[in-house]
Amino acid sequence: MTTYAVTAVGPDAPGEVAALAEALASLGANLEDASMTRLRGHFAMTLVAAADVPLAAVEQALAAFSRDSGLHVSVWDVDADAPPSPAGSPWRITLHGADRPGIVAGVTRALAQAAANITDLSCRLVGDLYVMTIEVEAPGPLDLSDVAASLGVSVHVAPVDEDVL
Amino acid sequence: MDLDVRRAPDPVLSTPCAEADPHDPAVMALAQAMVALMRSSPGCVGIAAPQVGHPVAMFVLDVTGARRVESCAGLVVLCSPELISAEGRDVRREGCLSVPDLTGDVPRATAVMVRGLVPGTGEERVVEANAFEARAFQHEMDHLQGLLFLDRVAGAHALFPRKRYL
Repeated sequence: MTTYAVTAVGPDAPGEVAALAEALASLGANLEDASMTRLRGHFAMTLVAAADVPLAAVEQALAAFSRDSGLHVSVWDVDADAPPSPAGSPWRITLHGADRPGIVAGVTRALAQAAANITDLSCRLVGDLYVMTIEVEAPGPLDLSDVAASLGVSVHVAPVDEDVL
Repeated sequence: MDLDVRRAPDPVLSTPCAEADPHDPAVMALAQAMVALMRSSPGCVGIAAPQVGHPVAMFVLDVTGARRVESCAGLVVLCSPELISAEGRDVRREGCLSVPDLTGDVPRATAVMVRGLVPGTGEERVVEANAFEARAFQHEMDHLQGLLFLDRVAGAHALFPRKRYL
Protein backbone atom coordinates (compact mmCIF):
# COMPACT_ATOMS: atom_id res chain seq x y z
CA MET A 1 0.00 0.00 0.00
CA THR A 2 1.35 3.43 -0.94
CA THR A 3 0.28 6.72 0.60
CA TYR A 4 -0.34 9.51 -1.87
CA ALA A 5 -0.93 13.21 -1.31
CA VAL A 6 -3.31 14.85 -3.75
CA THR A 7 -4.06 18.54 -4.25
CA ALA A 8 -6.63 19.98 -6.59
CA VAL A 9 -7.41 23.66 -6.97
CA GLY A 10 -9.58 25.51 -9.43
CA PRO A 11 -13.00 26.85 -10.31
CA ASP A 12 -15.69 25.95 -7.83
CA ALA A 13 -18.62 23.87 -9.05
CA PRO A 14 -20.96 21.25 -7.60
CA GLY A 15 -19.81 17.64 -8.03
CA GLU A 16 -16.05 18.20 -7.93
CA VAL A 17 -15.49 16.36 -4.65
CA ALA A 18 -17.65 13.49 -5.85
CA ALA A 19 -15.73 13.28 -9.11
CA LEU A 20 -12.33 13.26 -7.38
CA ALA A 21 -13.49 10.74 -4.76
CA GLU A 22 -14.92 8.48 -7.48
CA ALA A 23 -11.66 8.67 -9.45
CA LEU A 24 -9.78 7.53 -6.33
CA ALA A 25 -12.37 4.89 -5.42
CA SER A 26 -12.11 3.44 -8.95
CA LEU A 27 -8.46 2.68 -8.13
CA GLY A 28 -9.42 1.01 -4.84
CA ALA A 29 -7.77 3.92 -3.06
CA ASN A 30 -8.85 4.71 0.48
CA LEU A 31 -9.31 8.45 1.01
CA GLU A 32 -7.95 9.00 4.51
CA ASP A 33 -7.50 12.56 5.80
CA ALA A 34 -8.79 15.48 3.73
CA SER A 35 -9.25 19.21 4.07
CA MET A 36 -11.25 21.06 1.45
CA THR A 37 -12.50 24.59 1.36
CA ARG A 38 -13.40 27.50 -0.86
CA LEU A 39 -10.66 30.12 -1.12
CA ARG A 40 -11.86 33.39 -2.67
CA GLY A 41 -14.21 31.47 -4.92
CA HIS A 42 -11.71 28.81 -5.93
CA PHE A 43 -12.12 25.33 -4.53
CA ALA A 44 -9.05 23.78 -2.90
CA MET A 45 -8.81 20.12 -2.01
CA THR A 46 -5.94 18.55 -0.12
CA LEU A 47 -6.04 14.92 0.81
CA VAL A 48 -4.05 11.85 1.63
CA ALA A 49 -5.12 8.51 0.19
CA ALA A 50 -3.69 5.00 0.37
CA ALA A 51 -3.72 2.82 -2.72
CA ASP A 52 -2.23 -0.42 -3.89
CA VAL A 53 -1.47 0.94 -7.36
CA PRO A 54 1.59 2.68 -8.83
CA LEU A 55 1.87 6.46 -9.01
CA ALA A 56 1.37 6.38 -12.79
CA ALA A 57 -2.07 4.81 -12.37
CA VAL A 58 -3.13 7.49 -9.90
CA GLU A 59 -1.80 10.22 -12.18
CA GLN A 60 -3.72 8.77 -15.12
CA ALA A 61 -7.00 8.62 -13.20
CA LEU A 62 -6.54 12.14 -11.87
CA ALA A 63 -5.56 13.51 -15.29
CA ALA A 64 -9.00 12.55 -16.54
CA PHE A 65 -10.56 14.24 -13.50
CA SER A 66 -8.47 17.37 -14.13
CA ARG A 67 -9.51 17.51 -17.80
CA ASP A 68 -13.18 17.15 -16.95
CA SER A 69 -13.23 19.55 -13.99
CA GLY A 70 -10.69 22.19 -15.01
CA LEU A 71 -8.95 21.84 -11.64
CA HIS A 72 -5.16 21.80 -11.35
CA VAL A 73 -4.22 18.49 -9.82
CA SER A 74 -0.99 17.21 -8.30
CA VAL A 75 -0.25 13.82 -6.81
CA TRP A 76 2.87 12.41 -5.25
CA ASP A 77 4.05 9.58 -3.01
CA VAL A 78 4.48 10.70 0.62
CA ASP A 79 5.49 7.39 2.17
CA ALA A 80 9.01 8.65 2.79
CA ASP A 81 7.88 11.66 4.85
CA ALA A 82 8.79 11.37 8.51
CA PRO A 83 5.78 11.51 10.83
CA PRO A 84 5.48 14.80 12.75
CA SER A 85 6.83 14.74 16.25
CA PRO A 86 4.83 16.47 18.98
CA ALA A 87 6.11 19.98 19.63
CA GLY A 88 4.31 20.76 22.89
CA SER A 89 0.85 21.71 23.96
CA PRO A 90 -1.86 23.21 21.72
CA TRP A 91 -2.47 26.96 21.40
CA ARG A 92 -4.84 28.98 19.27
CA ILE A 93 -3.77 32.30 17.79
CA THR A 94 -6.34 34.72 16.43
CA LEU A 95 -5.32 37.81 14.50
CA HIS A 96 -7.19 40.64 12.83
CA GLY A 97 -6.21 43.98 11.44
CA ALA A 98 -5.85 46.15 8.37
CA ASP A 99 -4.58 44.20 5.40
CA ARG A 100 -0.97 44.69 4.34
CA PRO A 101 1.67 42.47 2.77
CA GLY A 102 3.70 40.36 5.18
CA ILE A 103 1.23 39.62 7.97
CA VAL A 104 1.35 35.85 7.51
CA ALA A 105 5.10 35.90 6.95
CA GLY A 106 5.76 37.99 10.05
CA VAL A 107 3.54 36.03 12.40
CA THR A 108 4.54 32.59 11.21
CA ARG A 109 8.25 33.51 11.34
CA ALA A 110 7.76 34.58 14.95
CA LEU A 111 6.04 31.27 15.63
CA ALA A 112 8.85 29.34 14.00
CA GLN A 113 11.39 31.21 16.13
CA ALA A 114 9.41 30.11 19.20
CA ALA A 115 9.64 26.47 17.98
CA ALA A 116 5.87 26.40 17.50
CA ASN A 117 4.63 23.93 14.91
CA ILE A 118 1.53 25.02 12.96
CA THR A 119 -1.13 22.31 12.83
CA ASP A 120 -3.95 24.34 11.26
CA LEU A 121 -4.18 27.77 9.67
CA SER A 122 -6.80 29.75 7.83
CA CYS A 123 -6.79 33.32 6.56
CA ARG A 124 -9.59 35.45 5.15
CA LEU A 125 -9.38 38.83 3.48
CA VAL A 126 -12.66 40.74 3.45
CA GLY A 127 -12.43 44.30 2.21
CA ASP A 128 -9.36 45.65 3.95
CA LEU A 129 -9.84 43.44 7.02
CA TYR A 130 -7.39 40.58 7.35
CA VAL A 131 -8.32 37.75 9.71
CA MET A 132 -6.22 34.73 10.60
CA THR A 133 -6.71 31.75 12.89
CA ILE A 134 -3.81 29.47 13.63
CA GLU A 135 -3.43 26.42 15.83
CA VAL A 136 0.03 25.41 16.89
CA GLU A 137 1.82 22.99 19.13
CA ALA A 138 4.30 24.98 21.16
CA PRO A 139 6.73 24.10 23.92
CA GLY A 140 5.53 26.98 26.10
CA PRO A 141 3.51 30.19 26.23
CA LEU A 142 3.83 32.38 23.14
CA ASP A 143 4.44 36.11 23.16
CA LEU A 144 3.53 37.64 19.82
CA SER A 145 3.13 41.20 21.08
CA ASP A 146 6.23 42.50 19.29
CA VAL A 147 5.27 41.14 15.89
CA ALA A 148 1.66 42.29 16.41
CA ALA A 149 2.85 45.81 17.18
CA SER A 150 5.19 45.89 14.20
CA LEU A 151 2.40 44.75 11.85
CA GLY A 152 -0.26 46.95 13.48
CA VAL A 153 -2.63 44.03 14.04
CA SER A 154 -4.42 42.58 17.07
CA VAL A 155 -3.21 39.16 18.13
CA HIS A 156 -4.59 36.94 20.87
CA VAL A 157 -3.00 33.72 22.04
CA ALA A 158 -4.90 31.22 24.18
CA PRO A 159 -4.31 27.62 25.18
CA VAL A 160 -6.64 25.15 23.50
CA ASP A 161 -8.50 23.79 26.43
CA GLU A 162 -10.12 20.39 25.99
CA ASP A 163 -12.99 19.04 28.02
CA VAL A 164 -12.44 15.30 28.08
CA LEU A 165 -15.74 13.70 29.03
CA MET B 1 -18.13 -7.18 36.61
CA ASP B 2 -15.35 -6.45 34.12
CA LEU B 3 -16.08 -3.56 31.80
CA ASP B 4 -14.26 -2.61 28.62
CA VAL B 5 -14.52 0.87 27.15
CA ARG B 6 -15.96 0.58 23.65
CA ARG B 7 -14.52 2.78 20.97
CA ALA B 8 -16.10 4.16 17.80
CA PRO B 9 -17.03 2.69 15.34
CA ASP B 10 -18.48 0.10 17.72
CA PRO B 11 -22.19 0.05 16.76
CA VAL B 12 -23.30 0.04 20.41
CA LEU B 13 -22.21 3.70 20.52
CA SER B 14 -24.61 4.60 17.72
CA THR B 15 -27.64 2.75 19.09
CA PRO B 16 -30.34 4.56 21.08
CA CYS B 17 -30.57 2.95 24.52
CA ALA B 18 -33.48 1.07 26.04
CA GLU B 19 -35.02 2.40 29.27
CA ALA B 20 -33.08 1.37 32.39
CA ASP B 21 -35.13 -0.12 35.25
CA PRO B 22 -33.58 1.33 38.44
CA HIS B 23 -34.80 -1.68 40.47
CA ASP B 24 -33.23 -4.28 38.17
CA PRO B 25 -30.31 -5.92 40.03
CA ALA B 26 -28.37 -6.10 36.76
CA VAL B 27 -28.75 -2.34 36.29
CA MET B 28 -27.67 -1.74 39.92
CA ALA B 29 -24.60 -3.94 39.47
CA LEU B 30 -23.74 -2.22 36.20
CA ALA B 31 -24.01 1.19 37.90
CA GLN B 32 -21.58 0.09 40.61
CA ALA B 33 -19.12 -1.25 38.07
CA MET B 34 -19.34 1.94 35.99
CA VAL B 35 -18.63 4.09 39.05
CA ALA B 36 -15.64 1.90 39.88
CA LEU B 37 -14.36 2.20 36.31
CA MET B 38 -14.82 5.99 36.34
CA ARG B 39 -12.97 6.25 39.64
CA SER B 40 -10.08 4.14 38.40
CA SER B 41 -9.69 5.95 35.05
CA PRO B 42 -7.49 9.05 35.34
CA GLY B 43 -9.28 12.23 34.26
CA CYS B 44 -12.57 10.42 33.68
CA VAL B 45 -15.61 12.43 34.82
CA GLY B 46 -18.40 10.34 33.36
CA ILE B 47 -19.34 7.10 31.65
CA ALA B 48 -22.54 6.19 29.86
CA ALA B 49 -23.66 2.56 29.78
CA PRO B 50 -23.23 2.14 25.99
CA GLN B 51 -19.58 3.12 26.40
CA VAL B 52 -19.12 -0.14 28.27
CA GLY B 53 -21.23 -2.13 25.83
CA HIS B 54 -24.63 -1.96 27.55
CA PRO B 55 -27.31 -0.14 25.52
CA VAL B 56 -29.37 0.89 28.54
CA ALA B 57 -30.18 4.50 29.44
CA MET B 58 -27.95 5.07 32.43
CA PHE B 59 -24.85 7.13 33.11
CA VAL B 60 -22.53 7.92 35.99
CA LEU B 61 -20.91 11.32 36.38
CA ASP B 62 -18.74 13.10 38.92
CA VAL B 63 -16.87 16.30 38.08
CA THR B 64 -15.39 16.73 41.56
CA GLY B 65 -11.86 18.04 41.22
CA ALA B 66 -12.03 18.66 37.46
CA ARG B 67 -10.86 21.96 35.96
CA ARG B 68 -13.36 24.68 35.03
CA VAL B 69 -15.96 23.34 37.46
CA GLU B 70 -18.60 25.74 38.75
CA SER B 71 -21.57 23.62 39.80
CA CYS B 72 -20.65 20.25 41.31
CA ALA B 73 -23.32 17.77 42.37
CA GLY B 74 -20.76 15.13 43.32
CA LEU B 75 -21.55 11.62 42.19
CA VAL B 76 -24.64 11.45 39.98
CA VAL B 77 -25.97 8.11 38.76
CA LEU B 78 -29.20 8.32 36.78
CA CYS B 79 -31.41 5.91 34.91
CA SER B 80 -33.55 7.09 32.00
CA PRO B 81 -32.57 10.75 32.41
CA GLU B 82 -34.48 13.58 30.80
CA LEU B 83 -33.32 17.08 30.00
CA ILE B 84 -35.87 19.39 31.61
CA SER B 85 -34.30 22.68 30.59
CA ALA B 86 -31.24 23.98 28.78
CA GLU B 87 -30.05 27.57 28.52
CA GLY B 88 -27.15 29.47 27.03
CA ARG B 89 -24.70 28.36 24.38
CA ASP B 90 -20.97 27.90 24.41
CA VAL B 91 -18.64 26.23 21.92
CA ARG B 92 -15.72 24.36 23.46
CA ARG B 93 -13.36 21.63 22.40
CA GLU B 94 -14.53 18.29 23.64
CA GLY B 95 -13.11 14.79 23.74
CA CYS B 96 -14.42 11.36 24.67
CA LEU B 97 -13.01 8.10 26.03
CA SER B 98 -14.74 6.30 23.17
CA VAL B 99 -13.11 8.49 20.50
CA PRO B 100 -9.58 8.72 21.85
CA ASP B 101 -7.84 10.10 18.77
CA LEU B 102 -10.08 13.09 17.97
CA THR B 103 -11.44 16.19 19.60
CA GLY B 104 -14.06 18.57 18.25
CA ASP B 105 -15.52 22.01 18.84
CA VAL B 106 -19.02 21.34 20.11
CA PRO B 107 -21.78 23.81 20.98
CA ARG B 108 -23.60 22.98 24.21
CA ALA B 109 -26.01 24.69 26.57
CA THR B 110 -24.21 26.32 29.49
CA ALA B 111 -26.87 25.50 32.11
CA VAL B 112 -29.13 22.47 32.28
CA MET B 113 -31.65 20.81 34.57
CA VAL B 114 -31.72 17.02 34.39
CA ARG B 115 -34.17 14.57 35.94
CA GLY B 116 -33.67 10.82 36.29
CA LEU B 117 -34.14 7.82 38.55
CA VAL B 118 -31.57 6.64 41.08
CA PRO B 119 -30.60 2.97 40.71
CA GLY B 120 -31.59 0.91 43.74
CA THR B 121 -34.19 3.21 45.29
CA GLY B 122 -35.84 4.31 42.06
CA GLU B 123 -36.17 7.79 43.57
CA GLU B 124 -36.40 10.73 41.22
CA ARG B 125 -33.41 13.03 41.35
CA VAL B 126 -33.25 16.46 39.77
CA VAL B 127 -29.86 18.10 39.23
CA GLU B 128 -29.13 21.64 38.07
CA ALA B 129 -25.71 22.13 36.51
CA ASN B 130 -23.71 24.76 34.68
CA ALA B 131 -20.35 25.21 32.94
CA PHE B 132 -18.27 22.02 32.77
CA GLU B 133 -20.80 19.90 34.63
CA ALA B 134 -23.60 21.00 32.28
CA ARG B 135 -21.46 20.03 29.28
CA ALA B 136 -20.69 16.68 30.90
CA PHE B 137 -24.40 15.95 31.43
CA GLN B 138 -25.21 16.74 27.81
CA HIS B 139 -22.31 14.62 26.58
CA GLU B 140 -23.35 11.59 28.65
CA MET B 141 -27.04 11.97 27.76
CA ASP B 142 -26.12 12.12 24.08
CA HIS B 143 -24.50 8.69 24.46
CA LEU B 144 -27.88 7.33 25.59
CA GLN B 145 -29.40 8.49 22.31
CA GLY B 146 -26.63 6.89 20.29
CA LEU B 147 -24.92 10.22 19.64
CA LEU B 148 -21.23 11.03 19.94
CA PHE B 149 -19.68 14.50 20.05
CA LEU B 150 -18.77 13.73 16.42
CA ASP B 151 -22.48 14.16 15.63
CA ARG B 152 -22.49 17.69 17.05
CA VAL B 153 -19.27 19.34 15.86
CA ALA B 154 -19.61 22.99 14.96
CA GLY B 155 -18.51 22.76 11.33
CA ALA B 156 -16.54 20.98 8.63
CA HIS B 157 -13.27 22.24 10.10
CA ALA B 158 -14.17 21.70 13.76
CA LEU B 159 -12.70 18.23 14.17
CA PHE B 160 -9.07 17.78 15.16
CA PRO B 161 -6.54 15.07 15.79
CA ARG B 162 -6.16 14.72 19.54
CA LYS B 163 -3.14 16.73 20.63
CA ARG B 164 -0.33 14.77 22.18
CA TYR B 165 0.95 16.51 25.24
CA LEU B 166 4.61 16.28 26.13
